[in-house]
Amino acid sequence: MEGEPGREVHGLVDGLFRREAGRMVSVLCRVFGPHNLQLAEDVVQEALLRALREWPFHGVPDDPRAWLVQVARNRALDLLRRDANLARKVPLLREELDGGEVSAPEAFFGGEVEDDQLRMIFTCCHPEVPREARVALTLKTVGGFGVPEIARAFLAREATVAQRLVRAKRRIREAGIRFEVPAGVELLRRLDPVLEVVYLVFNDGYAAASGEAALRADVCAEAVRLAELLAAHPATASPRTHALAALLLFQGARLPARVDPQGGPVLLAEQDRSRWDRGMVARGLAHLERAAEGEDLTPLHLEAGIAAAHATAPSYEATDWPYILSLYDALLAVKPSPVAALNRAVALSMVEGAGAGLRAVAEVADHPSLAAYPLLHAVRGDLHARLGEAEPAAEAYRRALELPLSEPDRGLLRRKLEECGGA
Amino acid sequence: MAHFILLLHESPANWADVTPEEMQQVIEKYRAWSQRLVETGKLAGGHKLRDEGGRSLARRNGSVEVTDGPYAEAREVIGGLFVIEADGYDDAVETARDCPHLEFGGRIELREVEPT
Repeated sequence: MEGEPGREVHGLVDGLFRREAGRMVSVLCRVFGPHNLQLAEDVVQEALLRALREWPFHGVPDDPRAWLVQVARNRALDLLRRDANLARKVPLLREELDGGEVSAPEAFFGGEVEDDQLRMIFTCCHPEVPREARVALTLKTVGGFGVPEIARAFLAREATVAQRLVRAKRRIREAGIRFEVPAGVELLRRLDPVLEVVYLVFNDGYAAASGEAALRADVCAEAVRLAELLAAHPATASPRTHALAALLLFQGARLPARVDPQGGPVLLAEQDRSRWDRGMVARGLAHLERAAEGEDLTPLHLEAGIAAAHATAPSYEATDWPYILSLYDALLAVKPSPVAALNRAVALSMVEGAGAGLRAVAEVADHPSLAAYPLLHAVRGDLHARLGEAEPAAEAYRRALELPLSEPDRGLLRRKLEECGGA
Repeated sequence: MAHFILLLHESPANWADVTPEEMQQVIEKYRAWSQRLVETGKLAGGHKLRDEGGRSLARRNGSVEVTDGPYAEAREVIGGLFVIEADGYDDAVETARDCPHLEFGGRIELREVEPT
């Protein structure tokens, strides 16, 4: 029988399609040029679809990755053969097109894939690309995430995400953005927006109020991967890149302990620290060491330092709070933000007591950007509860519950409200 | 036991927004589905039909006319077929019901093969 549907025994590596989509789009973007990003995406989508439509009948091939790459490559060559304009711009493939020896797929998807992914990140985060589109574009093209997934992870409408992507790709075409990792002074200017996007990818995945823990974990893992990719490349491995990688690794290490078996949130104070990913913490510490080389002391360094102090503390109580407090003071001095000030108030309360924490919270409470921030009231409630002030604590939790919250967070606050007798 | 054929009708338009992760998940589902059928001895065969190069033949005005198509871009094409063994239509429907082909709006036409 021609088709042997039952013959395959091995499964696919988790995230294979997503990862390969990101790799192949990056490589094809080099081949076709970034102005043809959409074309590159179409070719990859076609290759994956062909797998989806053939493998059920023929079984998963022994080397699924090689299969996908081969199909994408053939499709790309096909397009180039048919379109002389396109082909003229890709001297790389001239020989193959002229009927020369058709090389192994490595000529196409060789060891340079990581470099292509870096070029792709710099293209997505180019200053000409609208800022609000950079995160989505990076996740889509480098990470292989689909529009519906991006929309779900960031609580945006699919149509909004799709529109942003279309506009970003048009901008890449119109601005003639080059597919390259910039060098010299240009790199200095362009690295920060890249780091910012990777930071935002992680943060949005980390903090998203959406209940989809698995998808959020995937988004965070992608941000960690990108940070480590940037930190591993000589051109982009600056101290601040290492600081970012350290920060994300420390925070990512805590992810497994952040949700209980019912999907509810577990606060730092109550997390089972044996579930933290020790391997990630170790990698984080290595990056932190590299981050300290040189004179650079960025907000990323300070945030990484805070995260390191948490990640290496044996328990919440035995955390080096005075050190964390000093880092928050330094952070607020270089990058004032009401959310960081709120976190500083928590650290202060661990050093000088809940009363001092409450006074510090009161100082930032009127900041307009915290008006709809439920954590402000949750922190206030916790501090009152620690002082045994049940009524003000209940009042604060109720204020928090009036604001938009995910269901798991809502459940947590309701429990706290009950505990102080205010249910 | 009789043979039944699952004709997998598909609509290419449904694929525009399918994410890589979703595709991989459906492939995994297919793996589980076909493995279950193989283990229970219910799978009798399967063929993926080529997307390109279809022909339609019909006798018109006394001679056979051959036309190209259907094209892959058509609103609905048969992408492939499975042959299963089942104990009648109820049993066959139960097997086809879990076929991952239905995940992306595809349609399955189920037909019993006339025993020879």
